[in-house]
Amino acid sequence: MPDTMTPLWEVFIRPRNGLHHKHVGSLHAADASLAIQSARDVYTRRGEGNSIWVVPSSQISASDPSSGKEMFDPADDKVYRHPTFYDIPDEVGNM
Amino acid sequence: MTGAAIFHSHLFEAVLQLADDHLILGHRVSEWCGHAPMLEEDLGLANMALDLLGQSRALYAYAAQIEDAGRSEDDLAFLRVELQYQNCLLVERPNGDFAHSILRQLYFAAFMHPFWQHVAACSNDETLRGIAGKAEKEMAYHLRHSAEWVVRLGDGTEESAVRMKNAIDDLHHYTDELFQGSPALAACAEDGVLPDVATLRPAWTSTIAGVFAQGLLEMPEVAHPQTGGRMGEHGEEMGHILSELQYMQRTYPNLQW
Repeated sequence: MPDTMTPLWEVFIRPRNGLHHKHVGSLHAADASLAIQSARDVYTRRGEGNSIWVVPSSQISASDPSSGKEMFDPADDKVYRHPTFYDIPDEVGNM
Repeated sequence: MTGAAIFHSHLFEAVLQLADDHLILGHRVSEWCGHAPMLEEDLGLANMALDLLGQSRALYAYAAQIEDAGRSEDDLAFLRVELQYQNCLLVERPNGDFAHSILRQLYFAAFMHPFWQHVAACSNDETLRGIAGKAEKEMAYHLRHSAEWVVRLGDGTEESAVRMKNAIDDLHHYTDELFQGSPALAACAEDGVLPDVATLRPAWTSTIAGVFAQGLLEMPEVAHPQTGGRMGEHGEEMGHILSELQYMQRTYPNLQW
């Protein structure tokens, strides 16, 4: 089967209610509904989730790896942006 | 094996027939493992094979319990001779190409899904209701998955449509047997344990007609339905299935794993 008939899809699974869908991998499928079925067979065989999203890989816009330095390095030396300098009251619980 | 001295209730016979259907089809579908047209479908087919084998295990275990003659589910699954297997002919048909296999799956799932739905809702047999509760969900998925493929192959490329039509020509005349049942199945229907299989035909026909309409396929007329499996009369291929299926138990008797 030529690749053009079964384009690539990115698969996102939500493990439990209240959590986010998380990217788990990709697969080839002819269309969205077959992609969801294949995702069920490939990625939820061990009870990994209760909801599936699929997105055509061609629809994802990605940052350019070659501009990685200007995009991400400036954040490296700004530790004060991490919320680690505050005392969190016990009542607040996990953050 | 003892055999002749044992009285076999119609419940035992009916459960065994269902178990044989699921074992033989599960084995057939498992033959695809590692050979499917694409990785995604390889896993999908293996999943379906495992569902069917799981259902057959539950049914054989129940049959062994009803018989209460010291035979285990393994004895029933692996240590009978060909004439004693009472699966319908549809499930033993060779895999052929992917169109044949997925159409066979559609025909069987479109029958078993309403069958298990009925058992889960109406049967007065608690064990079978339990088996049906799980099987119903699995067959709903088999039905959906195989139907999606039949539509796409029927309404796909020129070649896929030809292959789908050939599969219908080769397999449709094995579907009548599903609704003929057997004396044991009829007796269980009388007792309110299982549905009367003849009454499932309209639902099956409308499911298949709906899928075929979407896939631009035609429902064929069947002049000469093929039957005999329920009486142990099988096609030549059945011997080949059993020689592979029974090899381990015959070579290493009482093997457990």
